[in-house]
This record gives sequence, C-alpha cells and structure tokens, in this order.
Amino acid sequence: MEHAAPPAWVMLAYLISGVFFILALRGLSSPATSQRGNRFGMAGMLIAVVTTLVTHEVASLPEILGAIFIGGGIGWVTARKIAMTDMPQLVAAFHSLVGMAAVLVAAAAFLNPEAFGINGADGQINPVSRVEMGLGIAIGAITFSGSVIAFLKLAGKMSGAPIMLPMRHVINLGTLAAILGLIGYFTVDQSPWIFWTITALAFVIGFLLIIPIGGADMPVVVSMLNSYSGWAAAAMGFTLHNTAMIITGALVGSSGAILSYIMCKAMNRSFISVIAGGFGAEAAATGGPAKEQRPWKRGSAEDAAYMMQQAESVIIVPGYGMAVAQAQHILREMADVLKKQGVSVKYAIHPVAGRMPGHMNVLLAEAQVPYDEVFELEDINSEFAQTDVAFIIGANDVVNPAAKTDKTSPIYGMPVFDVDKAKTVFFIKRSMGGVGYAGVDNDVFYMDQTMMLLADAKKMCEDIVKALQH
Amino acid sequence: MDFISILSIFVMACFVGYYVVWSVTPALHTPLMAVTNAISSVIIVGALIASAAGGSPTAKWLGLIAVALASVNIFGGFAVTARMLAMYKKKER
Repeated sequence: MEHAAPPAWVMLAYLISGVFFILALRGLSSPATSQRGNRFGMAGMLIAVVTTLVTHEVASLPEILGAIFIGGGIGWVTARKIAMTDMPQLVAAFHSLVGMAAVLVAAAAFLNPEAFGINGADGQINPVSRVEMGLGIAIGAITFSGSVIAFLKLAGKMSGAPIMLPMRHVINLGTLAAILGLIGYFTVDQSPWIFWTITALAFVIGFLLIIPIGGADMPVVVSMLNSYSGWAAAAMGFTLHNTAMIITGALVGSSGAILSYIMCKAMNRSFISVIAGGFGAEAAATGGPAKEQRPWKRGSAEDAAYMMQQAESVIIVPGYGMAVAQAQHILREMADVLKKQGVSVKYAIHPVAGRMPGHMNVLLAEAQVPYDEVFELEDINSEFAQTDVAFIIGANDVVNPAAKTDKTSPIYGMPVFDVDKAKTVFFIKRSMGGVGYAGVDNDVFYMDQTMMLLADAKKMCEDIVKALQH
Repeated sequence: MDFISILSIFVMACFVGYYVVWSVTPALHTPLMAVTNAISSVIIVGALIASAAGGSPTAKWLGLIAVALASVNIFGGFAVTARMLAMYKKKER
C-alpha cells in the first residue's frame, strides 16, 4: 500500500471537501442561505468518499457499496420518519454512531497499520500515530457510551433523574488518569492489551460521565458529545494525514464546544459543575420541603381568549412542556386567529428552552411559525414591560424572577424573561404541584396579574382557539 | 505531510470553526448539530481505507461496519437537516 505522499490532486480534493464543510456551516448564519449550505456539505462528503475510493486499490467494492446502501437506507428512512419533537434523541443516537465508527476505524488501523501507512521501517506503528490512535479510540468510545446514555434518557427509556454513584468524582478522575497514562505508555509499548484496555476504560467513563446528569442539563450534554464526536474525527484525521477529516473535526469540535458554552452561560452554570452532575438532585434537596401555600388565581380558556383579544400585543414563551404536549401546531393556530383580529404576536425563545440548542425554534418552524416572529432572549426581553399579555406554555425556570433576586436559589444568575413586567400573565401548567426541572418555586404563579391555566398545553390551546372563534 | 503541517491545518481550522459557528443564528442551532453530525461522519474515509485494504480480514470487517454506521449518519444527518431547514419560512403576508 502507499507509503509515499499521495498525489497533489488528492490532497487538493480533500482540501476542497474541507472548505465545502466550512461553507456548509457558514450557510447556517441565516435561514435564507442555510439550504444551500447543506448542499455544500453533501458535495463535500461526496468528494471525500469518491476521492478515497478511486485512490485506493479497492478489493471489496461490492461489500463497501452494500454497507453504504444498508447504512444509508436506515439513515434516510429514519430522517424522513422522525418526529421533530424527537430530534434531541435522534441527534444523540447519531453522535453515538460517529463515536462507534471512530472506535472501529482506530481498531482497524491498529490491526492493519500498513493499510493506513502508519508503520515505520521496523514494522512498528509510529509513536506519534499511536498517540493519535489512542486519543481517537478513547474519545470515540466516550462519545459512543455517553451518547447511548444521553439517547436513553432523552427517549425516556431511562430515568432522566440524575443517578449518583458514591465516590463518583474519584472514580471518574482515576479512570481518566488511567486512560491518559496508558496512552502515554502505548508510545513505548504497542502491546494489544494496552490498546484494548484504553478502549474499555473509555467506554466505561463515557457511561459514568453521563449517568449523573439530569434532564435540564441535557442541552449541555448533547452539545458536549457533539464536540467530542468532532475531536474523535480530528484525531483519526491526524492518523490518516487527511485534511478533510482534520478540518471537519476542528469545525465540529469547536461547534459543540461553543454550543456547550452558550448553554452553560444561559443557565449561569460552569461547564465543570454541569459535568460534575447532579443539578436536579441538589436543587430538590434545597427547594423541596419548604413548599409555601400562597394564594394564586386560576383562569379558564375563556379568560385567556378574552384577555388576548383585548390585547394589543402578546408574547408567547414556549418551553419543553410544549414539546411534550405536541402543542406547537395548535399554538400557531391560536396565534393566527389572534393576528387576524389585529393582535401583535411574538415568540420568545430562551437558549436552554427544550432539550437541545434551538429545539423550540425547530418545533415552531415545523408548525409553520414564520422565523421573523421568533426572537431570542436579549432581543425581546425589554419588550415585556410594554406587552399586554405574556403567554407561558410549558416553560418555567426560564421565567422565574428568583434568578434575578434570590441569591440562594439554584438558578440565581441565570438570565430569564421579565414576564413579571407584562400587564397580564397566562401560565399553562399541568398542575400546581410540580415545579420546574430545577425544583424551584416560581413567584410568577402568585402575582396579581397572573392567571394559571391548569391543563394539558395542547388541550388548553384547543379550548382557547374555540373560545376565540365564538 | 509532516506532523507540523497537519497541526497547522488543525489549529487554523479551529479558529475558522470558532468564528463560523459564532455567526450561526441561534434559531438554527438544532440544524447546526444535525449537520455537524453528518459532516463528522467524514470519518467514513478511514472506514473505507480499512475495508478496501487486504491483509487483515478482521480490520476489513471492522471497516465495513464503520462504513455502514457512518453512512447512517451521512444520509440521515443531511436528510434530517434538509427537512428541518425546509421548514424555516418567512412571513408570507
């Protein structure tokens, strides 16, 4: 197989592929250019695959095409059928596949280094390649097992509540140190047992890292695993000296890291504290027992319909509860009726609303809400003071004023919507019993201008639409 | 390519990634994750090399499985991104 440098056109082709991937992300700066960006991504992938196939002696083309056909078919059908509300778990599942693919490629490179041109004159694998492979398989394995847990939690197949192991910090740090130590030792001794031990430990730590992390922290976890899948690809790119893989790995790695940062900032939490885990549990312990009995007002669908018809402006604040109730379509219908009656309707999206970055935006887009009616936190927050009605559907922590005032609150410092400044607040909630994921009581429930609409979000919106059309 | 050239590409690409991703509108963060997912499956290049090569049957089969997994991601990732992006519409009126 080829040990010499590949011809210039091959390097150029991989470079073009990498540039196309950059353009794919660049397109996402606006919905108008995003679809063209996606096509650049597909073209980049096609270039990379075809270049690889034509520059290697392919002994097994039918098998390869078969594998592409089977995998591609599964992927395509899944992508067509998946409900938009299930997007977080789909993305987690996809991350796990990238992780597993990285593990398999690294393992194949270890078993057949000659095919990858990474063995030295003495038949041993180059020490630098060993580090790259070790990192590649470790990050890949962490991505795989971590994403599987994230998938199970997001799909509701495993409790979303944090699972705490005793001494988990010691176990995690010890495992991590062992992995790094073994990767170091791997450079002087390439015995198989070292390689496979690294792999096994990495699978274990991916699992251990994610099980203590609770539901509300999932956006950070999904972003972080996205980042890892990129770093795994980059590490394998180093092994293969492949520009397309390195550029992509760096892009995806930074993308996931930036998203994690945005999510952490939107919750006013440090990355370390999220990874250390246990948000939900600690908060429940502090906020749980002292449940206050304060007076609150219950509203009806008719009240909400009447008040909103009278209003000049309504701001809708959706949260994860809207996704669970699948209420986005009926919500848009409600907004349509209001708009026809001359009411200005806007949507306000918090960065951590939902279970992954941008989750609410996708659901609203699915319900055909025009994207220029949907606003980010910092763009719309000043408008609540001039707004007649704030309509909160399935959100809770992101509108909790305790984040601004109560230093003892677990969500203190988190940027929240100033819904308390709106003239009237409607708050759709299933019951008064449950509190948000952070387990904190919310002063908005008890304000004079608040009416609680206690019902399933979808049912309540249906009733409001009926009342509006009277 | 020597290690330093590769490292240079990597570091530059990290900077490009940093600036490009900050320019992505928050409304498209979910499609961003889906598409980064799809493109990180460029790891299929390594899987193809492993499955194309003779020498080690085990490595070949590992490669073929990796090709299949990466293909799920490539087709699934781009298709689901396209599906999501097609839903983002401006106001008609």
